[in-house]
Amino acid sequence: MSATPYPYQWQPARVRAEFFRLLPISLFVVAFGAAFGLAAVQEGLEPLQALLMSVTVFAGASQFAAVDMWGTEVSLVPLLAVVFAINSRHLLMGASLYPVLRELPPARRYGVLLLLTDANWAVAAQDYQNGRKNLEVIVGGGLVLWLAWVIGTILGVYFGGLLKDPQALGLDMVLGCFLLAMALGGKKSPRTLVAWGVASAAALAAWRWLPPNIHVVVGALAGGVVGFFWLETGRVAKPRPDPEA
Amino acid sequence: MTVETTPTGILIIIALMAVVTLATRYGGAFVMSFVRISPRIESFINTMASSVLIAIIVPMAFSGDAGALAALATTTIIMLVTRRPLPAIAAGILAAALVRLLAG
Repeated sequence: MSATPYPYQWQPARVRAEFFRLLPISLFVVAFGAAFGLAAVQEGLEPLQALLMSVTVFAGASQFAAVDMWGTEVSLVPLLAVVFAINSRHLLMGASLYPVLRELPPARRYGVLLLLTDANWAVAAQDYQNGRKNLEVIVGGGLVLWLAWVIGTILGVYFGGLLKDPQALGLDMVLGCFLLAMALGGKKSPRTLVAWGVASAAALAAWRWLPPNIHVVVGALAGGVVGFFWLETGRVAKPRPDPEA
Repeated sequence: MTVETTPTGILIIIALMAVVTLATRYGGAFVMSFVRISPRIESFINTMASSVLIAIIVPMAFSGDAGALAALATTTIIMLVTRRPLPAIAAGILAAALVRLLAG
């Protein structure tokens, strides 16, 4: 074989490094998992069922929404529609990493994507913007986040009373602050700032007037349209002063 | 179509949730494997990627309480000043907890 079609240099050592890099944020994810486990048993799930959901679904916001719709009967189609809508942001996240993912053989590519979630994606996307290809964080970071989510769920279903009010400790803002820090740490060109303005307006309008749970996708696609029509000219990144607000 | 929350019914629901979620994890990359990545498409997905974060955060700020706003504002300031994520996140969480404590 001459040139491999899959040139990604996979570094197992970096998987471990990324596991520890996302360990601090994962400690907070344990608290979320505990809140989910508590909510799930309060809605009538057995501990093992809640645990099975966290192990296989691994998508917090959609799991909270699902147990919210629980009862003696569950309307299947509305429930799955909500799960799909909340998790549809994964579609965009996976697509955005495709320029890197295509350098992996398909089997490994889809293996990596098993662990795709907000926090590890945000790191990979920021690294890619800064010129570093980092899929190891999806695996290493994804593993620690998944473990934290599962351990948290176990704590919540068996010892839920320990953490009655995660909001009072500000724990509901962990992911928001994390994603915000990632966004602000990325490369900011005038084009990015315009895209952010468009994305904010579209997301807010969708949140206000469209059916629930689709504002992330609407806002992100609207921001992407800015990039579609406004290509970055010139390859050399010049340092620019921050434009005045 | 409704499913009773018997043990079997719940297993079916959880399995379907897992399948739907996995489809969202795989779908984006799968569709892109049929798209030729021109500079224009690459520009689209790069801009979209940074917009995902904004589209999550901005409605969170608008729908959140004073604690949520304090958290996001604090993280913004510390991040812009220090460029270091961990202190910015920690300060944001602390700000939310403090505001909620004071607001009672």
